Amino acid sequence: MADMAQMSDDYSPDRSDSAASALSVVTRRKASDLTARGEPMVWAMGGSLAFGLMMILGFLALIFWNGLTAFWPKPVEVVTMTDGHVIAGEPVRTESYKPQKDALEALPANLRASIEAHGGMSTRTLYRIGNYDFYSNDFQWVPVFNVKKVERPGDLTLVERQEWGVFIGRLVSISEDGKQMSISALDAEHDKARALRGKRIAIETDEVGSINRQINALRLSVRRAEINYGQGSPEANAEAGRAAAETAKLNLDFDRLSQKAAAARAAEDALKIKVAEIGGETREFGLADFVRYYDANALSLLQKFGVYFSRWYEFLTADPREANTEGGVWPAIFGTLVMTVVMSLLVAPFGVVAALYLREYAKQGRIVSLVRICVNNLAGVPSIVYGVFGLGFFAYVLGGSIDRMFFPERLPNPTFGTGGLLWAALTLALLTVPVVIVATEEALSAVPRSMREGSLACGASKWQTIKWIVLPRAMPGIMTGLILAMARGAGEVAPLMIVGVVKLAPALPIDGMFPFIHLERSFMHLGFHIYDVGFQSRNSEAGRSMVFVTALVLMVLVLALNAVSIRVRNRLKRRFAGDKF
Amino acid sequence: MAAAAALKQDAATAIDGYDPTVYHPVTSPSGVEISIRDFRLWYGASQALHNITMDMQKGMVTSLIGPSGCGKSTLLRSLNRMNDLIDNLRVAGEIRLDGEPLFGPQVDVIALRKRMGMVFQKPNPFPMTIAENVTYPLKVDGVTNKRLLAEACEAALKGAALWEEVKNRLNDSALGLSGGQQQRLCIARAIAGNPDVLLMDEPCSALDPIATMRIEQLIEELKSSYTIVIVTHNMQQAARVSDNTAFMYLGRLIEYGATKEVFTNPRSKRTEDYVTGRFG
Repeated sequence: MADMAQMSDDYSPDRSDSAASALSVVTRRKASDLTARGEPMVWAMGGSLAFGLMMILGFLALIFWNGLTAFWPKPVEVVTMTDGHVIAGEPVRTESYKPQKDALEALPANLRASIEAHGGMSTRTLYRIGNYDFYSNDFQWVPVFNVKKVERPGDLTLVERQEWGVFIGRLVSISEDGKQMSISALDAEHDKARALRGKRIAIETDEVGSINRQINALRLSVRRAEINYGQGSPEANAEAGRAAAETAKLNLDFDRLSQKAAAARAAEDALKIKVAEIGGETREFGLADFVRYYDANALSLLQKFGVYFSRWYEFLTADPREANTEGGVWPAIFGTLVMTVVMSLLVAPFGVVAALYLREYAKQGRIVSLVRICVNNLAGVPSIVYGVFGLGFFAYVLGGSIDRMFFPERLPNPTFGTGGLLWAALTLALLTVPVVIVATEEALSAVPRSMREGSLACGASKWQTIKWIVLPRAMPGIMTGLILAMARGAGEVAPLMIVGVVKLAPALPIDGMFPFIHLERSFMHLGFHIYDVGFQSRNSEAGRSMVFVTALVLMVLVLALNAVSIRVRNRLKRRFAGDKF
Repeated sequence: MAAAAALKQDAATAIDGYDPTVYHPVTSPSGVEISIRDFRLWYGASQALHNITMDMQKGMVTSLIGPSGCGKSTLLRSLNRMNDLIDNLRVAGEIRLDGEPLFGPQVDVIALRKRMGMVFQKPNPFPMTIAENVTYPLKVDGVTNKRLLAEACEAALKGAALWEEVKNRLNDSALGLSGGQQQRLCIARAIAGNPDVLLMDEPCSALDPIATMRIEQLIEELKSSYTIVIVTHNMQQAARVSDNTAFMYLGRLIEYGATKEVFTNPRSKRTEDYVTGRFG
């Protein structure tokens, strides 16, 4: 108490020098005005957030704009060059560039002077001229100083073909079996040709494919009998005899169907169309090869929308063509979806059970901390390493054993012993399991102690408490972890390239053939599709717009998957937070 | 300042050479339910309970009073071994329920807890419907018969004086009830399993006076069927509801006996100071 009195004396005015500085602090405090001041750190924090948001929004805008406009029909321009050469094509983009020296020297003096005035820079435009089968080129740069005039004639047609990319030019006439028809019958005849083509493909893939599968199954049954009973044993011989008889029967069917297919093809090929490119060169195409055609410069807005949506429809529902740079991505959408769902089904129980043990049962101590650190570090291993592991362990070791045990007759062709959907899903499950474990552990530790105690006090065992009280309460948090894992898994490409994703899958992983779900099959994936179209195709310029569209679809797909799980999570949350179910 | 210094002095002597527990005669019509003999408890290296010896009487309300940190909750939670959840816990001495020891490797903790209902400081209804909350102990026992569950639910809710208020919304979430209702729901849940003993850990500390009054009335009604042990901070409450009172201080049982005796005729200086409101 005495000390306190002494101290308060020190703070009174007119004291010795030693107290002067303390005094000045106090008086400054008292004298400070009450004007509000800014907090500089807020600017730093808000600025960082704004910067991050801008990057994300810019990225989204880039993807959305390029993705949504890619299918909009562009006008076709006819460019007449100064040397009299004429090209027709869709303008893709214009950029400034530095022309080559010899190109400059060939120019008239006034043009050369104006280019030199601009520091040697000029502009050029990229045209998509199509007609690869005519020109061996899909795109052409046109320097602005070579252009004499640009027109947009209304009678130019752009044709998307089954092969060889687009054709740009004029449709001259159509004929059936050499009999000339008016070009006005084009739409009807085209529908007819496409219908014929569809029928032929149905025969070739479905019916002939089914016979091929049956013949293959017979061959495998003979192999199996040979493996089981030994080569040359009576059982194997009996099986071989039966198979030979069946195969002979099937071969008859096969011949009949081949003839049917050939007839269909002949009918399809009879429908021809004569076209002329802009230079006047004419050729005859099968009308059935035309996927879509329109007079590019004569479209009304409604017709443009028609072309736009028809392209989207094809993109979302059809198989790819032209080395994936044209056509649809349906197999990739389906593959991504199935793989993500299978991965979630694998990772959810595994991660949750592991986290339950770690958090609820394991004695918290050094070993558990070590395990936890390892789990967290797993999330930092490069994903390609998981891919290598998946191929080496899942596909070769596990899959190889499955093949030897259950499908020996198919060897040396692997069934499970190579990359496939199941192994890809397992690999990604391994990749994402740390996310689920960490999120689940956090959710479990957030369950209030009073809940557990209430349940235990009612005489519930530990497992009953976990099952009825802890897990339902932690479910929203667990779902959050699962959502994160799904988003990560759906967007992962590197490991998939090794364990089962292919450029073009012959069949979907789920179809009408027994046993309906074929997890051993290789599959297509949107992420890999982006890489393939953008960097692996013959024509990266043609794949460019497809990259954006595919990225857009992948993003929307991940968003849709997340939206579903977020809905489920919010319903669970409401249940445990509010008073209504 | 002087008073606090004196208290400090007092506490120091209590740690060194403490006085033995003062026992008064207890109110006891029908014998002993829980007998505690020389019970000691350690959290790691620090001892929380020192040589507690007392008998809790069947069909009576025994209240445990004392300042914060005196070990009354620890003692209560030792009765249904809720303290097992804590790491590094060590006990010595013994507690018997109806003559059977509670600690030991051969004891089934789950069976023990089924014989003791517990009500906590803060209402802790589960995020389920009201009916599901009440019948949780039966669910734990594996009862699935709907009729049986409905009957037990009604009986327990009536026992907890909540039936009239919730009978029309048994399938609503229990989280929508008021604090007092939630606590009565927890009492209903505790008695739905038909236990012998009801443990209450400051059941009214989170409630307003009116809700507290209702709970006290309820305790009065329940004590004919259950042996009740209640921990409370509130001396008036202890005086109102309990038959016997134990005063604890710094992990020791200071004075134990019939409530009236302890409150009107305390023999220990510390008990007198506490019950007259001089400290605590």
